[in-house]
Amino acid sequence: MSLTLFNVILAVFIAICFVGANAAYLVWCERKGAGLFQRRPGPMENGPWGLLQPPIDGVKLMTKQLLIPGGVDKAIFMVAPVLAMFPALISFVTIPFSDNIVAHPIDVGVLMIFAFAALGGMSLLVAGWGSRNKYSMISSVRAVSQTVAYEIPLMITTITIVMISGSLNLSDIVQTQLGGFWSWNIWPLQKQVGFNLLMPVSFLILFVCSVAETNRAPFDLGEAESELVAGFHTEYSSMGFGLFFMGEYANIVIGACLTVILFLGGWACPVGDLGFFPFTHHVGWFLLKIYLIIFVFIWIRWTFPRTTIYGLLNLSWKYLIPISLFNLLLTAGLLKVF
Amino acid sequence: MGGYFTDLFTGTKSLLDGMWVTLKEFPRRPVTLNYPHESVKMYPRFRGHIELIGDKDGKPNCIVCSMCQRACPSGCISLAGVKPEGEKKKVLSRYILDFTTCSLCGSCVESCNFNALRFSNEYNLASTRKEDFIMDLLQRLEEQNR
Repeated sequence: MSLTLFNVILAVFIAICFVGANAAYLVWCERKGAGLFQRRPGPMENGPWGLLQPPIDGVKLMTKQLLIPGGVDKAIFMVAPVLAMFPALISFVTIPFSDNIVAHPIDVGVLMIFAFAALGGMSLLVAGWGSRNKYSMISSVRAVSQTVAYEIPLMITTITIVMISGSLNLSDIVQTQLGGFWSWNIWPLQKQVGFNLLMPVSFLILFVCSVAETNRAPFDLGEAESELVAGFHTEYSSMGFGLFFMGEYANIVIGACLTVILFLGGWACPVGDLGFFPFTHHVGWFLLKIYLIIFVFIWIRWTFPRTTIYGLLNLSWKYLIPISLFNLLLTAGLLKVF
Repeated sequence: MGGYFTDLFTGTKSLLDGMWVTLKEFPRRPVTLNYPHESVKMYPRFRGHIELIGDKDGKPNCIVCSMCQRACPSGCISLAGVKPEGEKKKVLSRYILDFTTCSLCGSCVESCNFNALRFSNEYNLASTRKEDFIMDLLQRLEEQNR
């Protein structure tokens, strides 16, 4: 795809629509899922099955007063929500939805996503600092320690995959997993590394890290409402809060996309390239996979209680990092042997 | 290193067990009701505030013996009757229940020998004003007859 102005605008427009629609309707899915897991009907009032709830909530958020509390660092306070939303949005540029639907295939796509994900962590710090609220401050410190702790195993696991595929380009990573679900990176048997029993474990590590990176339950220490009011977005109202919220859900989609691309074959059909079957490389497979992953996110959120900050950091430093490092070394060795 | 791998395996297993528990509940029917649109079936022995029982003409069965008033430990019942010209029996003219002090003990219903009192099925009783709980049961009976 040539990089004309029209293409860029179209890509940005589609990305914003996708992110916005996802943010709005994932909230609905989340509430509906919460209801069903707890044997309640979930939202039912507005529209059939409560389907009109997200636009109504959106209008409510937009029409609320945008309060700026006294004593806050105004510039930083205003920048933080934008900083939360923007990296999530820009990460979509490099995500390959299909073999020909990708806004801009960057050769260092993985690196770019991680760079902007780090900016997302920065937005939490800035929000907590700018709010001039001790609860927000504690929350943002927690969020940053969590981000630092979980980005390490996330990166190490990703490096493992990058070593196997030999590319940082997300499309190329999917290309190496084509040809049926048995050639996805999640399975121990790989043509590049022979037999590596730790690949499913690696997938689990990446999955846990992406849950933690998006600050979702059971790792939502940053917004532990029983201790910290609402954490870093305590002082935000109206669309300031709305942007944090949308950023959070956009990050969930990014996390799911990354998990699917790195381990579950991206847009590849699970049964491989059947000659007669038309949809072997289709955006539908990709969407199906990411929404399955998101369902698991929701499922986890409504199953487990919140961990403690010690439990959270122990899990990362004592389990995830050593195991992912071991897997990195093992994969490197196997790559040399095979 | 003692217990490192044991912790890892038991921890992972317990998490998966927990997820299996919630997954089993996911496809099942909701147990709650959409309250203002639906409500649970009322049971015959539900104890709401008391109400008067009318005969087939809609007149109260009450003969103004005041047993309920005397039986009430909280003194929340006050009633009065009049004897119309040419009638032998008294007719109930006023029956006020002060529901603010009623503890739903049921002594009044138990003491009534003329099948004139029973528990109602009323449970939507929220209000911000105390006066809403000083109830005129005679008026209530008339409204029910209408």
